[in-house]
This record gives sequence, C-alpha cells and structure tokens, in this order.
Amino acid sequence: MTPTAEPTAGSTRLSYARRRLLNGLAQGGAGLCTLAVLLPLVLIFGYLLVKGFSALNLSFFTQLPKPVGEPGGGMANAIVGTLTLIALACILGLPIGVLAGVFLAEHGHSRLGSTIRFCADVLTGVPSIVIGIYAYTLIVLPTHTFSAYAGGFALAVIMLPIVTRTTEEMVRLVPSTLREAALGLGVPAWRTTLWVVLRTARGGIITGIMLAVARVAGETAPLLFTAFGNQFWHQGLTGPISSLPQQIYTYAISPYEDWHRQAWAGALVLLVLISLTSLAVRLLTRGHARSTL
Amino acid sequence: MTNKLEVIDLNAWFGTHQTLKGISLSVLPRATTAIIGPSGCGKSTFIRCLNRMHEVVPGAHATGQVLLDGADIYAPGIDPVQVRAKIGMVFQRPNPFPTMSIFDNVVAGLRLNGTRKSRRDLAGIVERSLRQAALWDEVKDCLHASGVSISGGQQQRLCIARTLAVEPDVILMDEPCSALDPIATAKVEALIHELKQQYTIVIVTHNMQQAGRVSDMTAFLYLGTLVEFGPTERIFTTPEKKETEDYITGRFG
Repeated sequence: MTPTAEPTAGSTRLSYARRRLLNGLAQGGAGLCTLAVLLPLVLIFGYLLVKGFSALNLSFFTQLPKPVGEPGGGMANAIVGTLTLIALACILGLPIGVLAGVFLAEHGHSRLGSTIRFCADVLTGVPSIVIGIYAYTLIVLPTHTFSAYAGGFALAVIMLPIVTRTTEEMVRLVPSTLREAALGLGVPAWRTTLWVVLRTARGGIITGIMLAVARVAGETAPLLFTAFGNQFWHQGLTGPISSLPQQIYTYAISPYEDWHRQAWAGALVLLVLISLTSLAVRLLTRGHARSTL
Repeated sequence: MTNKLEVIDLNAWFGTHQTLKGISLSVLPRATTAIIGPSGCGKSTFIRCLNRMHEVVPGAHATGQVLLDGADIYAPGIDPVQVRAKIGMVFQRPNPFPTMSIFDNVVAGLRLNGTRKSRRDLAGIVERSLRQAALWDEVKDCLHASGVSISGGQQQRLCIARTLAVEPDVILMDEPCSALDPIATAKVEALIHELKQQYTIVIVTHNMQQAGRVSDMTAFLYLGTLVEFGPTERIFTTPEKKETEDYITGRFG
C-alpha cells in the first residue's frame, strides 16, 4: 500500500481500543438501566409470592369471604367479579376505541380528527376517581343502584383513550401500498380498512388492548361507588359486584392479621391473572403479529 | 380495431400543483403501451388516473375523459370501485398482503368482494391465475406459506396473479420491475409478452430498453405533457421531436 498506510493503521489500532472501551461502557450502561427497569417488577413479584403464596389454597379460589374471626374463606366472588367487569368494559370500550382509532388514522387529518385526538389525550390524563364519579352520576344515580354495568362502564371509559390512540398508531404503520393493492383490486374502501388494514395491524392493536386491560384490571377508585363491592356472589349485572382490587383494599386496611394475608394472596392472584391473560392472547395471535408489525 | 382506452384532455392536480396537462392518447386492445419519461414527468400520475387511483391521495383530483370501450370512467355516477375491478393495477414494489397465504393473496380480490364461490372453484382460479403469471410451478407445493415468504420477483408475479384473478380487461403496471433484479425482470417481461395475447397492458417504465423490449406503442411524457406517441419502433428509431430524441439517446433524464 502507500507509505502513509502504516501510521494510519497505528492510529486506527489505538482508536479501535478506545472505541471498544466506549462501546463496552455504553453497552454496560444500557444493561444496567435495563436491570433498573426490570428490578421493581422482580421485587414486586417476589415480595407478593413470599407474602401471598402461603395464604393461597383451593378454598381461596372456590369460597366466599368468611366473617371476621372465622378462619379460611376465599375470594371466589371477587375473582369472578373482576373477570366480569373486565369483560363488560371490553364489550363496551373495545369496538368504540378500535373504530375511533381507525377513523383517526384514516381520516384524522381534519379539524374533527385533531379535536378527537386532543380529547382522547385529555381523557387519558383524567384521574380514575373522576371517571368513577362520572359513571356514578350517569348510571348509579338514575338507576338508584350500584351495579356491575356502572363499574364496567367506568372501566370502559378509562380503556377508551388508550385503545383509541394505540389503534391509531398501529393503523398508521400499515404501509399505504397495501391499501392501494386492495383498492386496485376493486375492493371498496370500507372492506379494505376492515379486512386488510385492521388485519395487518392486528398484532399491535392487541398489544394495546392488553395494556388497557391490564391497566383497568387493577383500578380500585372508579369501582368504589359504581360496582361498590359485594361480600357474596353477585345477583345479576344490575346489582353490586365484587372485584379483586376492591377486596384487596378492604382487607388491607382492616385490622385483622388473617385478612391481611388474604389481601396479599388476592394481589398475587390479580397479578398472575393479568400476566396469564397477556401471555395467552400473545400466544394465540403470535403467528399474525410476527409477520407484520 | 377499436381502441380499448381513449384518453381525452386529461389533467391532474396534487392540491394546486398541476402534474398532467391536457394529455390525449389511445390504447390499443391486446397490445402493450409503454409510458416513458424522466422522473417526475407524471408517468405514475398518468397511469393512476387510468383506474381512478389518483384521487385516492388526499388533495388530488383529475379532469378530462378516459373512455373504456367507449364509456367514460370519469362520468358522474360511475363507481371508482367498479372501474378498478375492470382495470387492474400492479405496483412499483411487490405488495402481497403479509397476513395472507399465497393462496389467499391470489383470491383476495374475490374474497374481499364477498364472493360466494366454493373453495374448489377458488382453487381452480388460484391455479389458473398462478399459471398465467408463470408462478405455479414454483409455488404449487407451498400455497399455504405466507405471501411474503417468497422472493421479490416471485412476490411481484404473485401480485400479477392476484390482479389476473379478478379478470380485468386492462392491466396497468407502474414500473413493475424497478425493485427486481435482472433475472426476475426478464421473467416479468416474458410474462408481459404472454399476457398481451389476452389483455390490454399499459406499463410505466423509466428503463428505455425495457420499453423497447416489451411494448408495441410508446408515449413519451415530459413535464406533464405528452411530447410524442407512436409505434415503439418508430419512437426509438426516428423520433419526430427533439426532446424525445434527446431523452432516448441519453442526453438528459
């Protein structure tokens, strides 16, 4: 090579060592940060396991709460209640949220679009207890009763902006070439949106939905004066219904050692329940999610 | 022989920017018409006006007439969706539906329009379309693999098969080979030769050799106007206009 090659090679070797050091530092720093993010999760899960696992037994999942002083009993009604409330929230909130997100992504360049987007963002920031009062005024007062419907409605309102905004982002990611491909085959626009665009964005939308479900599954405040709580099995959806977060809250602030242990177990069950649902949905939709977003 | 497509005084805009200015030309049936010209001359806009895809872009609109077998596709009351079923389109980049298998991609146009055909009929259509697109032998054993699991050239032929499955009269191709390697390009070009026995083809290309190889008629577009239009052989050997000659001999563009 040219005579200048040697000094250049020397300095390259030197800077190579420097670059390796920098690279190592950056990588190590990023790794430490990742650990710092994961640590709380591990600690919470571990602490819950330690505290809650001992109180877990079959009757916890099958029995109603026992009166104070009587040993045993479980949270079967609260587990069923939480699942019922989540299902209600999904039935009410998901169709509206997903379709609103599609609207924002496909036709959201208008003034109406930016207004809706702004409202959704504000709604995300509204404290959940305020949404509880809203549901109380809108449903509990006129019907003169606390009900599962009121609780589900409150949770649906909390889910709505999260689902709308994630759906919008995911639909935006679908390349416009796919839309054009469908339109070019003589497919009407609405069918293109439903069967091509939504199908392609499915994985991402489901992730958003799972985040929203996980968020509302742990909500206590909006349920206090909507679903109200119930020490027994709920009698239909038009009456008060129990839920895990609320049962945990009641038990945790009680002065009884036995109830405290039950509260820990309840928290553990709630966490496992949410993780399992996320995992199951992810596994069920994996094939599609992987191929697209 | 009557013209398949008759374009009369076609103008197109993106917002206030006019990209096509008063274009008139005729497309012969069962022949290939090539649209050539430098980048940004309006080739793609022109071909997208032929099946009303241009207006899909927000803010875009077009005026003028495009007669398909004598009927204006821009006449009031004409549904663009119906137009696109008759005038199919193959795009620059292969764009099979990633969530669908090869089989489902081919019949996507039928399924998405709510066909009532049985699975057996559909299987027949899939085989016929893939054979027409010269792809059958390569994919017949993996029809249920994802539409994006095959190579780029195969994907583009899959997109052609998908267009053929809806049985259009005219096939528009917008630089169908620009994302393909030379071997895949040769296959698609051979395919165009086959297809023109049955279909009317309009192809946009910025590759002049390709225009020379595949087309019967060539139109040269420059700055949104039609500079010259005639039989490919004449355009390439004795162009009438100086701009055409300059472009073809590689002096610009």
